[in-house]
Amino acid sequence: MRVNLTVNGEKMSADDVWEGESLLYALRERLGLPGAKNACEQGECGSCTVYLDDVPVCACLVAVGQAEGRSVVTVEGLAEGETLDEVQQAFVECGAVQCGFCTPGLIVQAHSLIASSPGIPEDAEIREALAGNLCRCTGYEKILDAVRLAAARKAAS
Amino acid sequence: MDFLRPATWAEALALKAERPEATPIQGGTDVMVEINLDKGRPAALLDLNPVAELRDWSVGDDGRLRVGAGVSYTRLIEELGDRLPGLAQASRTVGSPQIRNRGTVAGNLGAASPAGDSHPPLLATGAVVEAASVRGVRMIPIGEFYTGVKRNALEPDELIRAVRVPPADGPQYFSKIGTRNAMVIAVCSFSLALHPSRRAVGTGIGSAAPTPRRAPEAEEFLAGELDWDGRAPVSEDTARRFGELVARAAAPIDDVRGTRDYRVHALAVMARRTLGWAWRDYGRAI
Repeated sequence: MRVNLTVNGEKMSADDVWEGESLLYALRERLGLPGAKNACEQGECGSCTVYLDDVPVCACLVAVGQAEGRSVVTVEGLAEGETLDEVQQAFVECGAVQCGFCTPGLIVQAHSLIASSPGIPEDAEIREALAGNLCRCTGYEKILDAVRLAAARKAAS
Repeated sequence: MDFLRPATWAEALALKAERPEATPIQGGTDVMVEINLDKGRPAALLDLNPVAELRDWSVGDDGRLRVGAGVSYTRLIEELGDRLPGLAQASRTVGSPQIRNRGTVAGNLGAASPAGDSHPPLLATGAVVEAASVRGVRMIPIGEFYTGVKRNALEPDELIRAVRVPPADGPQYFSKIGTRNAMVIAVCSFSLALHPSRRAVGTGIGSAAPTPRRAPEAEEFLAGELDWDGRAPVSEDTARRFGELVARAAAPIDDVRGTRDYRVHALAVMARRTLGWAWRDYGRAI
């Protein structure tokens, strides 16, 4: 089947899509966007987190046909040209990236948390928001530092 | 595989009648796992995301909250947490924020896993499942809905339109055992609802029998023991006996998540604890 959707503001379509295919597979293998990562394929790890109509979801659990006519934003869509998004910048500065596999999902999920928080979220809120994103390098402390830094900068701006 | 995209509820029912073997997909948090891991290959997917009628909740003529089959856990928590506290507590323990953004109570009912988090509070509050087909609408009391492991009372041409839950008329609690706070399939779970207006107690047991189930003997015992008017503290003996009766109502097995003995023990503990929390709230609510 054919699927039409908007990804990172750009209208895209894919042909000969298998009906049981996930949005994640289509993004990575058909639309040339390998940012969202494929790991558990069962919603456990969060490394495929993308926005679907402004709501963060596991792209592996969305059938691509369900994204027909809808808007998807992946980690590739957060930076403005060469200028990193605040969350990406904070991850770089805080050393929140080790192997990097979980990073795209964590950045999208943290981006959503910060966008929906009026001030700087409490640590408990950050931990809850990121509870579905696993980092197997166990670099959580630096990740929390990065989220606090990005939130503080947003609150100050 | 076919991908069916009804634009309206009427179209969805017509498609389900025409293709009863089609698997409905809403949040995809169960269905896509099966497909991704090649555990099952549906003949067709019936995508309910485009059906606008399912996206909202309302207050029905009977005063019950009619929660549309497309209302996510996240929205239920944010918008109905005050009126459906037991179900909202259970919803908060589902998966992760990303999963709660997609998953729904109706999806939990459709999957009918004995470990589903929605089931215990739905049982404790006496919810009703609104099923529909081209033949008409059928109201299925929650106690008749679960028919076996991952089996429910829906006919092949039926879809879940909504779940109807009475707003809380007293304290409600949900408790769940797992290895961490997120992304946990329940080892076992328990929900308690107090109904002071009719001096009744509701219970729901999860992940400790082939289906979610109530503990009727425990409900009856506790309703008779509680000092509804004076709100005197519950005695240790009463709490312990309630826990025993809850545990006795279960029929757990040993499996990868826990043993039979542990589940029986944990259920008694959760029953006592939720009773303690609920009765404390009731005592304060004078």
